[in-house]
Amino acid sequence: MSARLTRRSFVSGLAITGLGVPHAWAQGFAGLGSDADGFAQVVPGRALSFPADHGPHPAFRIEWWYLTANLADAAGNAYGAQWTLFRQAMAPGTRDNGWATPQIWMGHAAVTSATAHRSAETFGRGGIGQAGVTPTPFHAWIDAWEMRGLDGFSDMTVAPLHVTASAENFSYRFRLDAQQPLVLQGDAGYSRKSERGQASYYYSQPYFTAAGTLAIDGNDIAVTGRAWMDREYSSQPLASDQTGWDWFSLHLPENEKLMLFRLRQKDGSHYFAGNWITADGRSEQLAANAIAMTPTATTDIADRRIPTAWRIAIAARGLHIETVPLNARSWMATSFAYWEGPVRFSGSHSGVGYLEMTGY
Amino acid sequence: MRRALWVVAVLLSHWRRHPLQFATLMIGLIAATALWSGVQALNQQARTSYDRAAAAFGGTRTPMLVSPSGGAFAQQLFVDLRRAGWPVSPVLEARVQIEGRSVRLLGIEPVTMPPEASAAAEIGTAGAQAFIASPGQALISRETLTELGLRDGATPTLGNGQQLPPLKLQAALAPGVIVVDIGIAQTLLAMPDQLSRLLIGKAKGPRPNLESVTGQQLRLVQPESETDLERLTDSFHLNLTAFGLLSFVVGLFIVNSAIGLGFEQRLPMLRTLRACGVSARQPNAVLVLELVMIALLAGAVGLVCGYVIAALLLPDVAASLRGLYGAQIPGQLTLKPEWWLAGLAISVIGALLAAASSLLKAVRLPLLAAAQPYAWQQAQHRWLRLQGGGALLVFATAALVLWFGDSLIAGFIVLAALLLGAALALPVLLGLVLAVGERSTRRPLLRWFWADSRLQLSGLSLALMALLLALAVNVGVGTMVESFSRTFVGWLDGRLSSEIYLNAASEAQAREIRTWLAQRPDVQAVLPGSQAEIQFGGAPVQINGLPDHATFRDQWPLLDATPDAWDRVRDGDGALVSEQLSRRMQLTLGQSVTLPTPTGPWTVQVAAIYADYGNPKGQFTVNIDALLSHLPDSPQTRMGLRVAPENIAVLMDAIRARFGLDGRNLADQASVKKESLGIFNRTFAVTSALNAFTLGVAGVALLTSLLTLSNSRLPQLAPLWAIGLTRRQLAGIELMKTMCVALITALLALPLGLLVAWCLIAIVNVKAFGWRLPFHVFPLQLVALLAIALLAALVASLLPILKLVRMQPADLVRVFANER
Repeated sequence: MSARLTRRSFVSGLAITGLGVPHAWAQGFAGLGSDADGFAQVVPGRALSFPADHGPHPAFRIEWWYLTANLADAAGNAYGAQWTLFRQAMAPGTRDNGWATPQIWMGHAAVTSATAHRSAETFGRGGIGQAGVTPTPFHAWIDAWEMRGLDGFSDMTVAPLHVTASAENFSYRFRLDAQQPLVLQGDAGYSRKSERGQASYYYSQPYFTAAGTLAIDGNDIAVTGRAWMDREYSSQPLASDQTGWDWFSLHLPENEKLMLFRLRQKDGSHYFAGNWITADGRSEQLAANAIAMTPTATTDIADRRIPTAWRIAIAARGLHIETVPLNARSWMATSFAYWEGPVRFSGSHSGVGYLEMTGY
Repeated sequence: MRRALWVVAVLLSHWRRHPLQFATLMIGLIAATALWSGVQALNQQARTSYDRAAAAFGGTRTPMLVSPSGGAFAQQLFVDLRRAGWPVSPVLEARVQIEGRSVRLLGIEPVTMPPEASAAAEIGTAGAQAFIASPGQALISRETLTELGLRDGATPTLGNGQQLPPLKLQAALAPGVIVVDIGIAQTLLAMPDQLSRLLIGKAKGPRPNLESVTGQQLRLVQPESETDLERLTDSFHLNLTAFGLLSFVVGLFIVNSAIGLGFEQRLPMLRTLRACGVSARQPNAVLVLELVMIALLAGAVGLVCGYVIAALLLPDVAASLRGLYGAQIPGQLTLKPEWWLAGLAISVIGALLAAASSLLKAVRLPLLAAAQPYAWQQAQHRWLRLQGGGALLVFATAALVLWFGDSLIAGFIVLAALLLGAALALPVLLGLVLAVGERSTRRPLLRWFWADSRLQLSGLSLALMALLLALAVNVGVGTMVESFSRTFVGWLDGRLSSEIYLNAASEAQAREIRTWLAQRPDVQAVLPGSQAEIQFGGAPVQINGLPDHATFRDQWPLLDATPDAWDRVRDGDGALVSEQLSRRMQLTLGQSVTLPTPTGPWTVQVAAIYADYGNPKGQFTVNIDALLSHLPDSPQTRMGLRVAPENIAVLMDAIRARFGLDGRNLADQASVKKESLGIFNRTFAVTSALNAFTLGVAGVALLTSLLTLSNSRLPQLAPLWAIGLTRRQLAGIELMKTMCVALITALLALPLGLLVAWCLIAIVNVKAFGWRLPFHVFPLQLVALLAIALLAALVASLLPILKLVRMQPADLVRVFANER
């Protein structure tokens, strides 16, 4: 999960330091690298508690509420949707009221079809009501984009939820339901990111069913499908030799789930991690050497070469699959651009999922 | 190809044989380009600064939401709009006092700030984290930093005792502005959760309509193509442009006469070339090419001169704009590439324009036409008659525009038509005068004197027209400036009636000072003042508060008043209205006016109208108690002190020592007066400088015309010499003739100039500034200008006259020997 943390650290750093200039980007990174002191630290063995942990943790530097959905319309055409809310603290401190609050919020939203990908972003300061999260009743919002607990909301399933976002050329609104409780990633929610001990608190709800409407360029499409929410928070900066990451969340057959990522390092070695989640909700950590991830095809986007098709093998679990993107051009043209979109896979297992790649 | 080169060589050889003519052509083009480009550079510099100011975090270039009353509104409206999908960003703005100077404090929110509304990159590179997070930063331009006498990193204290975050230099920021984070601004201004306006970003997306989110609490203001500063300073720039254009036209007169002569003298050459088998097209193409090359060369030199002129005038222009409008113009001239290109283009276009008639003639030249070097003068003579008709037409236009027009542009059109018509009519008028002179005498030499003057007229007329224009504009502007300065001084005496003016650093200090002053026997009266600004009739308007005191009743200059004006003001239901405001809003005595204030509408009656020179904003003057009851937040830090003259110095020293006020916060009447006069003098210094340039160009035009004429005059002069007049006598007669036509021209320029002055005072000033000055005529000034004109004519004639005096008799004899 370190990969995601790194990427989001970059992006969140960007939110603070200005709007889209390379300077700011570098500065955000440098800022993250220098003073984790004063922020709360991620330690093993701390039990997560709900609903409190659904809310923000201003003592930690960074945090997100991250939803991806694999959807299809009545004719079977596939779609993807993403809704993300990031929080970053510019300075330690738990003050949560007024402009002096050191919190910056950022929202990303996107929809993907086989022929189109639309993305949007927005920013806001904490402490004044423009953006934020309350655990009870559950409500995460920035501007008009929101994720809101509906009647009968359960803290353990994080459902049912209403999710909506809209931008100039796309919009969506879904209802999310889940029958199974959320699952803890890593080791009981303590997700290690490197051999150097960096970590985050990380839990997911991978069992959502989704139903609603999305619109691309004004055409409303009724869709249903599956969704996956990640919650993660940490203060630990990443090592400077980490250049990017490739992260998968896959819906396996028989209601099993797989989360894995590869963190690319400058020396060419990669840090692998993942969790295999069984149908009954047990989350089992995968050994780093049990994971094999190999790009099989690339796509050139925005002067970058992105590996959009992969071969994945977890021999110990008998998994040998090839993934292909729904839309190879699922490019998030946000202040800090990255690739994120729905994928389809086949082989020993088949199904759908989401792929996120940064640092290319 | 070879043939083309030969044609070029032949045609160019003309300039080699007539270097003076070439110099004339160059001087004309250089002068035209230089003055025009100089003025353009000044205008461009100023406009760039206005844009910078306007672009500063959502000036008037961004659509925005404001409260209908113009006041602050609750921050919750911002949150509500964002939550509804509106891409808005909050701004809080107020004026604050730093080091005794008034500065705009802008609170912005960099995270939601639309990139197009600001130079977001400026914040980005400065680091938004440092900007937002405690202690934050106060971004400031270099100009403002220098003006406040502070250094990067300083943390000055505001008038209300609050301390700014460390100053951070931001070169691209507009001068006169300090930018802080919105949260910091709310704290500094003690306005928690209050906003001044919301900028609307370009981001599109579904959003509900405004009323459904905020009701009637906010109103949409569409972006303006023109900023407040641009509107205010338009007249000033129009003024400059008009002068630039005038100089350009005068310069073109020179070019026209030089090119006309040059072409005419080359007609035999062209005929010979044609006879040698050169096609009609080739020499013409070469002529155009030659002209373009000369124009480019002269344009380049002109641009350099224009740059120098602009650089010399910039300090005065900047000072005037700051003094009059509060517009901040950097003192360093920066020019865009377009300026250079435009300068070269104007030079080429000007040259082609001036050469149009000559080129046409060369094109139509019949192969076997006899070479008639002076035929063009005759042709022009015929042409001049048509000019008389043209002049009448132009005058009629001026009258029509005067009758129907009601704008600044109309005012300038009347002026331009007046000048153009007069210029066109000049040769006709001169011809008439000279004809009358000719008829009035029977002595042969005198008759010849008048007749020859008339003959010469066509060659001199363009230069004389230039002289007429330059003189008339000089008279006009001189009269206006003199009228203004006389009126202004009298007005200033009335308005600056207190002996000492002071501005306390804070309200608390003001109270302390008042208490302290009350115990001093040498203080006759303390006259507190206060000022607020409201939106009235779609523009910001000042409300000035004064106590009821004999000082004002006796001395405040009123243009028009009801008999009980001051009593009405004292009672709080009367207001004095500035002349600008009364003209703009058409307010008349006794009319009721309702002013929007935070405490509700306030109705007052117009009790009097007063002159308020130099204030770009409209102003109401009311009783200070009435002001404070309706606008309780108005600062009360200013006061005027009445003191016996002998006690001024002692009291000022005491105040300085006791309260630490410096020259910017404490001043006596004399220095305030001096400063105000200084501002106005600098304003007109620019006009006077351009005036002088124009007159200079006219002088050069006269010189070049006389020089070009002097050679061609030999056939007329040689017979006189042959019948016994000495060369010295001939020279004297020639000088007399030039002086005579110059004098007549100058005399004609005087009434024309007074007419120009009237136009400036009665139309242009009223439209541009909103005030009308009493019209005075200053005879001494007119006499001086007359003398200058004659001096210019004398200087211009000297060289040709000297040439004549020193001419070898052989040259004169040759007139009879040579076949012409």
